[in-house]
Amino acid sequence: MTITVNGAAVSLPNDPRVSLLDLLREDLHLPGTKKGCNQGACGACTVLVDGERILSCLALAVQFEGRSVTTIEGLGMPGALHPLQAAFVEHDGFQCGYCTPGQICSAIGMAEEIRRGVPSHVTSDLSSETIALSRDELRERMSGNLCRCGAHNGIIDAIAETFAPKTALAEAAE
Amino acid sequence: MSILKDAKDLLQGAVQGAMGKAVAIAPDSWMPGGEPDPLIAMRHGHVGRPHSRIDGPLKVSGSAPFAAEFPMEGMAYASLVFSPIAKGRILEIDTTSAEAAPGVLAVMTYVNAPRISPPPVFLSGAKAAGGDDLPVMQEDVVRWNGEPVAVVLAETQEQADHARSLVHIVYEARRALIDFAEAKAAGSRTAVFMGEPLHLEIGDADKALADAPVRIDSSYSTPRHNHNAIELHAVTAAWEGDTLRIHDASQLVAHTAWSIAQMFGIDEKQVVITSPFVGGGFGGKCLWQHQVLASMAAKLAGRPVRLVLSREGVYRIVGGRSPTEQRVALGADREGRLKALVHSGTTAKTASNMMAEPFIVATKSAYASETFKLDVRAVELDMLANTFMRAPGEAVGTFALESAMDELAEALGIDPIELRMRNEPEKDPTSGLPFSSRNVTEAWRAGAQRFGWDRRDLVPRMVRDGEWLVGMGCATGTYPYYRMPGGAARITITSGGHATVDIAAHEMGMGTATAQTQVAADRLGLAMDEVTFRYGDSTLPGVVLAGGSQQTASIGAAVSAAHGALVKELLKIAGNDSPLAGLKPDEVASRDGGLCKRDEPERHETYVSILGRARQASVSVEAEAPMPLETQHWSMHSHAAMFCEVRVNTVTGEPRVSRFLGSFDCGRILNPKTATSQFRGGIIMGLGLALMEETQFDERKGRVMNPSLSEYHVPVHMDVPEIDVIWTDIPDPHTPMGARGIGEIGITGTAAAVANAIYNATGRRVRDLPITLDKLL
Repeated sequence: MTITVNGAAVSLPNDPRVSLLDLLREDLHLPGTKKGCNQGACGACTVLVDGERILSCLALAVQFEGRSVTTIEGLGMPGALHPLQAAFVEHDGFQCGYCTPGQICSAIGMAEEIRRGVPSHVTSDLSSETIALSRDELRERMSGNLCRCGAHNGIIDAIAETFAPKTALAEAAE
Repeated sequence: MSILKDAKDLLQGAVQGAMGKAVAIAPDSWMPGGEPDPLIAMRHGHVGRPHSRIDGPLKVSGSAPFAAEFPMEGMAYASLVFSPIAKGRILEIDTTSAEAAPGVLAVMTYVNAPRISPPPVFLSGAKAAGGDDLPVMQEDVVRWNGEPVAVVLAETQEQADHARSLVHIVYEARRALIDFAEAKAAGSRTAVFMGEPLHLEIGDADKALADAPVRIDSSYSTPRHNHNAIELHAVTAAWEGDTLRIHDASQLVAHTAWSIAQMFGIDEKQVVITSPFVGGGFGGKCLWQHQVLASMAAKLAGRPVRLVLSREGVYRIVGGRSPTEQRVALGADREGRLKALVHSGTTAKTASNMMAEPFIVATKSAYASETFKLDVRAVELDMLANTFMRAPGEAVGTFALESAMDELAEALGIDPIELRMRNEPEKDPTSGLPFSSRNVTEAWRAGAQRFGWDRRDLVPRMVRDGEWLVGMGCATGTYPYYRMPGGAARITITSGGHATVDIAAHEMGMGTATAQTQVAADRLGLAMDEVTFRYGDSTLPGVVLAGGSQQTASIGAAVSAAHGALVKELLKIAGNDSPLAGLKPDEVASRDGGLCKRDEPERHETYVSILGRARQASVSVEAEAPMPLETQHWSMHSHAAMFCEVRVNTVTGEPRVSRFLGSFDCGRILNPKTATSQFRGGIIMGLGLALMEETQFDERKGRVMNPSLSEYHVPVHMDVPEIDVIWTDIPDPHTPMGARGIGEIGITGTAAAVANAIYNATGRRVRDLPITLDKLL
C-alpha cells in the first residue's frame, strides 16, 4: 500500500486512524502542511491530491492508496519558489505564515476549478463556459481558508497577479 | 486573595505614581528620547523602504519551523482530559483502561503528577508570565469548566486521543459563580490595571452632565472573544539532564523561562525556551497550562513530549477577552464642546489573575472635556482566567466612546468629524502632560478627503442601491505608546564586517525580523545582508514582551544602547593609529561599514579595518535600554481616523462592509509593506469584533459553547473588502526611530466606525456587539 507524495512513493500507515495530515506532518516529516483546527474549518491543511484541493485533516491516509499528493514542499523551495509563492512574498500575502501553505495550495486548486468552468456562489452567469477571474470570485472561492492575521488583501492580490494574466490569455485564445 | 494581589499592584502603582510626578516635571533632556534618535534625521537608509519579509521564502514554502515541528528522539504524544464542571472536586479517577490501551506510556493526574509551585501570574512581577496563579494538576480541586484533569501520553497521537476517552472521572460539583448578572448583583469593586485603579474623576461630571444643554447617555455591551490564532497552541518539551528545553509558540520567551523555572524550583538558566516562529499571537500565546503539563509529563515519563492543543483545547485552557457592559454619557454645549465625559461600566475577571479589561484607557486622552468621570468595576467569576487580546480595553472601549460621539454629533446636528475636531485637546486632558506628537487633525483631514466623506448624507437611511441601504461612518482609533523595562541587546561585529544583533524578541507575523534588520543596518551603517537579527530564544539578552505594541520601541531602545556601547568599545580597540583617535563616543556615528566623526564623515574607519589592526576576530557588547521614563514625561499615543462604508440588506438584514480606510498617525513607519499588513490585520480583526465574533458562554455551566472555528466566526476572504491604509509618517521626536506602536491600533475605533456606518445606512443604532443580522431586521 503506497501513496505518492511530492513525486516519491511512500508507505501508508498501519493505523487506519491516521489522517493524511498527520501522515505528512508526523510520519513523513513534511510539516509545511499545517494543523489549525483538525476539523475541516480553517483550511490550513489544504493539499493537492491529483491536482484537486482537499482538507488533509478530514482525509484518512489509507483512503489515498495510489493517489498523488502535492504539498507546499512539493511546489517550491527558497531559491526556486513557485510563481504563486513568490507573489505571496511580493504582495505580503501573510504575516505569521501559518495559514500560508494552505492558502497557496488552495489557490492552485481553485485556479484549476475556474479553468474547468466550475461555478461558485457569486458566479452570475451559470451558463457561461468561461468564468472571469474577478476579485469576488477569488474571495468567494478562497473563503474556506481562514487567515487571522488579516492578510486577505495581499493574498487576493498575489493570486490575481499569478493567475489572471494566464486566464486572460486562455480566454483570448478561445 | 485577589484583593491582596490588587493591593500589591496598587502599592507598586503608588510608588511609580510618586516617581512619575518627579519625572513629569524634569527637563526633557533628562529623558530617554529627550534628544531625537539620530535615525530620524537619516532619510535615505533602509528604514522607510517597503522591503519584503526576509523570512518570506521560508514561510511560503512551509520551511519555517513552528513549535510543534521540532522532532525529538523518542518523543511521546500527549492528549488532555478537560473538566466538564465549573467548580468542585474530583472524587475518583480510574485510569486503568486508559493505561492498558495500546501504545499508552502514562496517564498523569493530580495523583502522580510531579509536585510544582503555582505559576507567577502576569503583572505580579517583572518576568511573571502566568495567565493565572492556579496550581497546575496538583490537587483534586476543579476551578473552571475545561480545566485539564488528566494528560495521556502515548507513542502516537491517535493512541493518546483514544486512551483519553477511557479515563473515567467522578466529580462532585459545587455551586459556581458564573452568571455575570448574578455576580454584579452580589457586588463589584473598582478594577485595577497595571498598578492603577481604573477610576478617575476630574470636576463634577454628574452635575456638568445634568447642566449640559445637549447630552446623550447610552449603554453598550461587548461579548467574550478568543484570539483564534490559526496555529494551535503547541509545545515540544524535553528534559536534557537538569535542563528543560521547550519549543514553544510564545510572545514572551524570557518571561516564560523564568516563570517555569520558578514553578519547578530550578534556575531560570535551566529553562530554555525557543520560539523562532509564532503562528499568530494577539495576546494569546503566553504561558498557560499546556507548556507546564508537557514539561511535567516529560519528567514523569522520562521522554520528550509533544502537546498540541485541539482547537477545543485552546478555548478550554487559553483565556480570551472578557465581556463588558459600558455606559457613556456625554454633555456638551450647543457648539459641541464637551462639558462632561462619563465612561463607566463592569467587566468580568477571575480571582486568579490581574487583568480587568481596561475599557476606559483610551477615553483618558481622547477629548478635551471640562469634567471626567471614568470608572471600571470588576466582578470575579469561576471561569477560565480572561486575558489580554489585541488592544485590551481600547478595542471595546472605543466601540462605546466612539459610538457615543456619533450619537452626540447627531444630537447636535454637527458632522461627526467636526465634533471631534472641536474637542481636540492641546495637552493630555487627564494627566496634563504634553503630547509627544499628536497629529489627529491631519489624519482626519487626509482620511476624509481620500474616502470621500463629503459624499456622506447627514440624515440616515437616505442612500439605497436596489435592496441594499448604504451608509458611511467614522471613529477615532488610539493606542498608547508603551516601552516596558528590561530591554537589552547584544551586538557582535566580526572582522569580516558582519553584524549580529541578539535579543530575546519575537516574530509572530509583525515583520519584526525584517524591520529590525532595516533599523540595525541603518544604525550600524551596514547593508541589510551584512546584518543578522537573532531572536526568539530565552538565552538571548533582554526581557521583551511582544505585546502592548511595544516590541519595536523596546528593541529599538535596547539596540540603540548596545550601539552606544559598541562605539565606545570600538574606539578603545581602534587606538591611536586610527583616524578616529582622540574622539569621544558622542562625537562618533556609524556610517559606510564603520565609524566616523559625526560632523566630519570623511574622518572614517571601517569595522574591518579597526578589528584587523587589533587582530581581533570580533567585538561583542551588550547593553540595557534606559528605564522607560519618557512615558511618564509625555502623553504618548498612536492615533487613527477610521472610515467605513457598509451595505445592509433590507430583506435579510445582512450587513456587508464595502469600503474601509484607516488613516494613521503612528510616528515614522519603518517598513511600509509590513506596516500596511499590521494596520489591515488590526482593522480586519475589528471587522470581526463589529460583525461576528463572540465566544458563547453557558452561564449555567460555565462552558464555552462554540469552541471551534466553525462556530466562532472570524472574517473570511468574502467578508474583507480592500482595506485602504494611509499614514502621516510624522516621526515622534521622543521615541526610538521616531516610531510608535502599530500592532493594536487597527482594531481600535473600527467597531464603532462600522456601527456608525450601519446607523447612517439604516437609522438603527446597535449598541450590543456583534452586530448580527437579527439586530438589523
